[in-house]
Amino acid sequence: MARMKFLCDAERCIECNACVTACKNEHEVPWGVNRRRVVVLNDGVPGEKSISVACMHCTDAPCAAVCPVDCFYTTDDGIVLHDKDLCIGCGYCFYACPFGAPQYPQQSAFGVRGKMDKCTFCAGGPTADNSDAEYAKYGRNRIAEGKLPLCAEMCSTKALLAGDGDLVADIYRQRVIRRGGRPQTWGWETAYQS
Amino acid sequence: MCGFIKDKTPKAVARRKRIVLTSFAILLASVVLLPLGGYLYSGLSAQAAAEEQTNPRANYWRAVRQGNTGYTAVMGQETNTLIQNGGQNWRQWRNGPVANISPWFLALVLLSLGLLFLLRGTMKIEGTLSGRTVTRYNVAERVIHWYVAILFIILTITGLSLLFGRAVLIPILGYSGFSDWANFSILLHNYLGPFFTVGVVLAVIAWIKDNIPTATDWQWFKEGVGGILAKGKHPHAERFNAGEKVFVFWLGLIVLGAIVSITGFMLIGWIGEQMRATMQLVNVIHAVASIVWIGIICGHIYLGLATEGALQGMTRGQVSEEWAKQHHDLWYKQAKKG
Repeated sequence: MARMKFLCDAERCIECNACVTACKNEHEVPWGVNRRRVVVLNDGVPGEKSISVACMHCTDAPCAAVCPVDCFYTTDDGIVLHDKDLCIGCGYCFYACPFGAPQYPQQSAFGVRGKMDKCTFCAGGPTADNSDAEYAKYGRNRIAEGKLPLCAEMCSTKALLAGDGDLVADIYRQRVIRRGGRPQTWGWETAYQS
Repeated sequence: MCGFIKDKTPKAVARRKRIVLTSFAILLASVVLLPLGGYLYSGLSAQAAAEEQTNPRANYWRAVRQGNTGYTAVMGQETNTLIQNGGQNWRQWRNGPVANISPWFLALVLLSLGLLFLLRGTMKIEGTLSGRTVTRYNVAERVIHWYVAILFIILTITGLSLLFGRAVLIPILGYSGFSDWANFSILLHNYLGPFFTVGVVLAVIAWIKDNIPTATDWQWFKEGVGGILAKGKHPHAERFNAGEKVFVFWLGLIVLGAIVSITGFMLIGWIGEQMRATMQLVNVIHAVASIVWIGIICGHIYLGLATEGALQGMTRGQVSEEWAKQHHDLWYKQAKKG
């Protein structure tokens, strides 16, 4: 069984934010919610690097560990999903997540946040695949359609890779061999245990 | 040289002894010191390697791993931080010591109180009741007490549901059943919290003048903790005894009240901006302080129920004169004087 992973090649990412836009459009995520973001480090100085980051679908997911209602589950593909019908919007997953992935549609008085939203690796949620209910809550389920996440598919420089971890690692390894230098499998030590 | 060993003159013997001892000392020193030479070698070579191999890019990612920030076009809270490490520490603290030790603490409190009841039973009013009563709490005081008490119980149930519900209530209520309860709990907890703080402030205002520590209080503790542990002892007490002063008022209302209220306001975003590092710390403090407070209040409720005639003071406002003389003699004298 494939183990789905994201990898952003910092040597290639040009901070075009197409992944962010593609994700917002594909899943019709509400205002203020961004399932993916691009962070530029050392902006405007030599050595500037950009990284596209979203939920990394961790092996031992901290969000799932701290959720008071236990609404997270990991699919057979290693994708971490959550059940919005169970979510109480407490914010704990956001406190625990290393990547700042969980998002909330509101932030009002008395700490009311609404149901958490995050990257689903384009795999929807617990409701029936490609149903209207699934689309409304979690966005499109491209995995069920046999497609990979749109952010990576859209990436103009193929900096963002998404798919079976072994294949992603192979592609990246070939790149590193060709261009020389050291691999920077960004975030993998934090996210994945194998 | 074959005569060497046979040479038994004292001078030669001493010389041989010296040679043997010196060789042995050198041997021993070598055994101890030579292996340490490895450290010298590896130390020097590691230093050289570090000088050679400092990879600016690797250092760069190390810095990212420490949570430094960059620029992002995406608006939102802390979106410019690539990785934050605090979450993992918070997870370990919350799911570890907080979730594992606190049930034992609460169980120990309840067990001690049960044991106290078995050993000591109800603390009865000695002598016969004359039927004369004395006013202990006026209406305002009673309203404040029950306002705070009811909110405390609601906040305890909802708060503990959020901390332990996943382990305890999901097996009973099921996932969606518990989710509904947790949703209701978090709303109730967040909305009632500030009202509870108002009650705590009112309670402090109402009773601070009767809770100033005096010399009598020390004596109260010395005499079998006010006779709770030692039967038949009734040390002097003012309107509030030393136990009430220390645990219920100063530690409870003042210290824990302040900690729980301030951290609670931070958690719902009334103080500060709900930054992750703050939330992680504050969540643990709020939980631990609340659980200590719950333990204290368990004792408070127990003593209110196990002391015959005490509850009437808070329900009807009146206590029997015998109860007053027995438990709060100094206050009784004051109250009689006018």
